[in-house]
Amino acid sequence: MSQPIVRIESLKKSYGLVVALDGISLEVDPGKIFGLLGPNGAGKTTAVKILTTLVRPDGGRAEVAGTDVLKNPAQVRRLIGYVPQELTVDPYLTAREHLHYYVDLYHLPSSSREPRIRELLDLVGLTGHENRPVRHFSGGMKKKLDLACGLIHQPPLLLLDEPSLGLDVQVRQEVWGYISRLKGEGTTAFLCTNYMDEAERLCDELAIIDRGKIAVVGTPASLRSQLKRDVISVEIARTNGLERENLETLERAVCQLHVVQGTARDGIQLKVYVESNEIALPQILQCAASLSIPIHAISYSRPGLDEVFLHYTGHSLEGKANLD
Amino acid sequence: MIEFLQETRAQLVRWLIHLKREPYSMAFNLVNPVILLIFMGGAFQAIAGSSIGENYRAYLLPGILALTAFGNSLAGGIPLLFDKENGFLSRLMSTPISRGSMLVSRFLAVNINTMVQCAIILILGSLLGIRIATGLGGALLLLGIGLLLGFGITVLSLVLAFVLENHGDFFAVVGIATLPVSFLSSAFVPLNALPSWMRIVAELNPMTYAIDGMRSLVLSGWDGQPLIRMVLVLLIFDAAAFWLGSRVLRRHLA
Repeated sequence: MSQPIVRIESLKKSYGLVVALDGISLEVDPGKIFGLLGPNGAGKTTAVKILTTLVRPDGGRAEVAGTDVLKNPAQVRRLIGYVPQELTVDPYLTAREHLHYYVDLYHLPSSSREPRIRELLDLVGLTGHENRPVRHFSGGMKKKLDLACGLIHQPPLLLLDEPSLGLDVQVRQEVWGYISRLKGEGTTAFLCTNYMDEAERLCDELAIIDRGKIAVVGTPASLRSQLKRDVISVEIARTNGLERENLETLERAVCQLHVVQGTARDGIQLKVYVESNEIALPQILQCAASLSIPIHAISYSRPGLDEVFLHYTGHSLEGKANLD
Repeated sequence: MIEFLQETRAQLVRWLIHLKREPYSMAFNLVNPVILLIFMGGAFQAIAGSSIGENYRAYLLPGILALTAFGNSLAGGIPLLFDKENGFLSRLMSTPISRGSMLVSRFLAVNINTMVQCAIILILGSLLGIRIATGLGGALLLLGIGLLLGFGITVLSLVLAFVLENHGDFFAVVGIATLPVSFLSSAFVPLNALPSWMRIVAELNPMTYAIDGMRSLVLSGWDGQPLIRMVLVLLIFDAAAFWLGSRVLRRHLA
């Protein structure tokens, strides 16, 4: 059994009265893409900053490849690459100058510098733009360069804080592509995100974090299958401003059905969590008909990570929901 | 050691690229000293008394050099403060570099900038007819004194960059400090021309000793006494700034 690349035990951190991490524990095996999924303020960035040695924990311990972040921070810094949430490129430098800068900071031998710089420029699609000052780059190009800088020394562990924050759809897909390819280079990625689709698409394993605590850890597929339920989405027809009232009436009624495990409202849509949509669907339709509530559309699906998040934390990533 | 040099060079190159791609910034920094030398030097020549000699511009030159070193060094922490605000510094501190290389590279960049500006001021002074009594050797020593003065002030500026929360606070401190430090010294007039309370404060100001030492090189030749007094005062000031700075920065750079 190989040693975990990240081991966190009972990690605690508070900022004044605000508890950022309330004793979290987790392990990440090498060669994986691990995600920490949670809303803003859940403690994700604090966890990453402790792993980068930038923040001292109040209690517990954190190790990178068996090296304690408090006892040997200098060694930990050699093992990690870090791409923060904000863009950390220098507008006055060119892309090539950035990579030369980090080559020196990570003490790469002179023989491997140029090949590595060319390889990374190719990887992130900046070949041909390497001699332009970064202030002329688009946001997406800056993010790609940011990522390349974090990869310059082929770190065993790459820490990514919200890697696709503020990126357009195309650049987001490209960035996801680069992160997916890391596994082939022997780099483990540890990423924080509050995007369900990012966690779903990228992560081999993820931990849901909320209010400084880990709610659950598992693969996206295993987390979904643990729920053992389907989601039925009912969209109320628009009828002279009565939609909200109709939605509340329908929600109250379907909550009485014994096949219903929980509900959540989203605009004029009601999400109904059931064990089996085949059994529940006719009963919900009958319920709406008996209350004379017109339905615009109804659909069902297997649960996504948003439902997993809702189940384990009691609220959705975006806001509160009503789950029994 | 090789790694330290490699890190320091990389960071120094970044700061020098900033200087190269921000030429107006250096030109702007030169505006005040040049105005002082040309206009103030010219305007006050007529009313300057016998205690400052025949050429007020020559009298003023050491003060302007010292003020240039002071201003550049005091502003030396600003780029680090911007790096702190935009996250660049956090990223830098997650790399396996010696924290000392960050400070050394910044110190070198600030003082290379100061040396270039002081050299330009000396050349301008020469074009305005100022003859340095100690010749080329004295001119080089003037640059060295600028370094000695700049060291302690750069350290204090770096401390401010790490201690203060934002650049607004930093600029406020710089703004508040600059004029009093300039006028409560011997930069513009001899100490004996100052009111007594100002003279007492000026005698506690290390700038006064730097300026007096520089002035002796410009006006009177190789005179040991003001030079030795200046070196002693600046070494004590630099050592005190370094002691304070290392205590504060150690906490922030752990």
